[in-house]
Amino acid sequence: MYHYDDYDRALVQERVAQFRDQVARRISGELTEEEFLPLRLQNGLYLQKHAYMLRVAIPYGTLSSNQLRCLARIAREHDRGYGHFTTRQNIQFNWIELAEVPDILQQLAEVEMHAIQTSGNCVRNITTEAFAGVAADELLDPRPLAEILRQWSTINPEFLFLPRKFKIALCAAEEDRAAIQMHDIGLYLYRDDAGEMRLRVLVGGGLGRTPILGQQIRDGLHWRHLLSYVEAILRVYNRHGRRDNKYKARIKILVKALGIEAFAREVEAEWQHLKDGPAELTEAEYQRVAASFDAPAYARLDDADLDFGSALARDPEFARWCARNLQPHKVPGYAAVVLSTKPGPDMPPGDVTAAQMEAVADWAERFGFGEIRIAHEQNLVLPDVPKADLHGLWRLACEQGLATANIGLLTDIIACPGGDYCALANAKSIPIAQAIQARFQDPQALQDLGELSLNISGCMNACGHHHIGNIGILGVDKGGSEWYQITLGGAQGMHSELGKVIGPSFSADEVPDVIEKVVDTYRDYREAEERFVDTVRRIGLEPFKERVYARAEVPA
Amino acid sequence: MNNLIKLLDGQARLVDDPWSLVREAQGALPEGPLILPLALWRERDGADGLLLQPDDEVEALGPLLSGVPLIAVEFPSFRDGRGYSQAYLLRTRLGWRGELRAVGDVLRDQLSHMRQCGFDAFAVREDKSAEDALKGLAGLSVLYGRSVIEPRPLFRRR
Ligand code: HEM
Ligand code: SF4
Repeated sequence: MYHYDDYDRALVQERVAQFRDQVARRISGELTEEEFLPLRLQNGLYLQKHAYMLRVAIPYGTLSSNQLRCLARIAREHDRGYGHFTTRQNIQFNWIELAEVPDILQQLAEVEMHAIQTSGNCVRNITTEAFAGVAADELLDPRPLAEILRQWSTINPEFLFLPRKFKIALCAAEEDRAAIQMHDIGLYLYRDDAGEMRLRVLVGGGLGRTPILGQQIRDGLHWRHLLSYVEAILRVYNRHGRRDNKYKARIKILVKALGIEAFAREVEAEWQHLKDGPAELTEAEYQRVAASFDAPAYARLDDADLDFGSALARDPEFARWCARNLQPHKVPGYAAVVLSTKPGPDMPPGDVTAAQMEAVADWAERFGFGEIRIAHEQNLVLPDVPKADLHGLWRLACEQGLATANIGLLTDIIACPGGDYCALANAKSIPIAQAIQARFQDPQALQDLGELSLNISGCMNACGHHHIGNIGILGVDKGGSEWYQITLGGAQGMHSELGKVIGPSFSADEVPDVIEKVVDTYRDYREAEERFVDTVRRIGLEPFKERVYARAEVPA
Repeated sequence: MNNLIKLLDGQARLVDDPWSLVREAQGALPEGPLILPLALWRERDGADGLLLQPDDEVEALGPLLSGVPLIAVEFPSFRDGRGYSQAYLLRTRLGWRGELRAVGDVLRDQLSHMRQCGFDAFAVREDKSAEDALKGLAGLSVLYGRSVIEPRPLFRRR
């Protein structure tokens, strides 16, 4: 993983001191709340329903064991004993005192972490997929360019007051697990026929109240032009993005208003001034950063481990977990393990206790190379576990409630914090997730349903990415009470799609029944091994609507 | 009240300001040197300073700038970042070397970013202490990317 050098350390330390001073000026009243707001947001500090919320960056989802232990300590000492992992490779603490924030940032700085630009109208934390560097289907390792982009976008003086937030994601595998089409800029990295690294650049994606998939603005961009090209996009956006209406301020609205061709012409014209300038990346810089992502010292293992094979054969529970929660590794004999943070109704999706974090930090050292990843689906990943250790790890994970075998299944719900925490919510999310999880507890039945994503957002800001869930649930407000609108057919990945609304919304009580009817319809119509989303694509919404909105027979 | 900070030979100082900023022409213009919005500035002979609003297209000014004594860039709100890009373009693409002044909602915690983008004068918002705002100019010692005053990204300076 990436380790700070003297520059990184100095920057983060100075930033803590700067923010300490800003907090002191806020507390003394020298700064008004209005003046403080963008400063605190640029440090990941929100004012929520109950308290301040601090969002800490986990660049490209990578944590060391020590970093995770530090997060556990913060959860214990400054929060209520847990933290919430988000869809954007951050962790949020919900119960924070303003006066303690500088000390928390200081603790983070000591383990090479920070909360810089995890919020605010600036370039946010750069994300990649959780399996970067280890996935068997990876074309290239996206992390060095992600780190280069992270550095470049950190406190970049021209782009700290953009019209709106700005999210960039990078992916370099056959399957897109970073949802790049849902980002302001999505970057797809690959090698051309000559072996050179090239970028396909998408722009103007985003969900929220106007969901739009990103469109290709350029293909075949040489990696050396990464920074200058992104700079050109940002400058065009900073100058021409709308600022009159917060809801129309994202780059997707500008791209849509101009059309992708006209927008691309603007960017191209700007880029002509930049492309061969000092922002052009050098081989030396790439190598310097890439070196800090050196592959761990993998052992030479047999891909088929005997102990593993026999454990699979004698322990069906373990076998079920392996079938769901492992991701193929590019090194023989290893697997990447997904630890589910969705055990069911007892724990909100993405919530992890301090004790669990400490346990995971220990496992990462014992069974891997001291590294943990955070997935877009709010789960934790141990990227490098030898197959021979999987059974031991699984038993420990069971004790900690982190071994639910539901990755990619209906109960692996992505949910935003919703009305329980969020000041913007129209409706609660967590109890809805829990009610659905309670309804679908039978592992065999879940397994039988197969791959099915369910995403919940508490309002149209779409933090739970409900538009791209195969089943999406959106909290809506009707006359002051909480209702839920259902969408079907959303998908992330290479064939991303936005879900379609099936009809009028439901009360919270009705939601589990509705989901059950949707799922029953799928069961009735599916062909052979067809996935839920493929059935929806094939048969359309009608059969689902019919079942869900069928009026109960009224006895005469 | 005098709230103007200027960088003179790299040193930030509080200085007296001879210029009067005119945002809208209503009635008679004040005495002395003036900073005028684009439309008004175009109507006069050119000895005036120029006030740019965030919507003004900087590139179109090109050759007009040669005789201008001063350019002020308006920040209607400190959260409106268009002025940073305008400053970048003025300094790099249009080659403006004269005084480049940030006016409007200009606050301590934004000054170092403005400085990086090429501003060398800062009319701090009047209800704030400019003395105090001087502390905001230093900013952080590390700049990864590049800026007007440091066009080379960190990776070319290591
Ligand atoms: C609790 C405090 C939170 C607040 C106040 C908040 C606020 C918002 C707002 C206002 C937007 C819409 C922005 C726009 O479209 O311009 C948004 C989008 C988003 N938020 Fe949150 N959010 C919060 C928590 C979270 C959490 C916990 C997650 C992850 C689980 C999250 C992930 C996202 C994502 C992924 C989007 C982007 C949707 C898109 O692609 O446009 N947010 N958030
Ligand atoms: S979707 Fe709405 S309710 Fe949920 S976290 Fe985002 S802003 Fe809050």
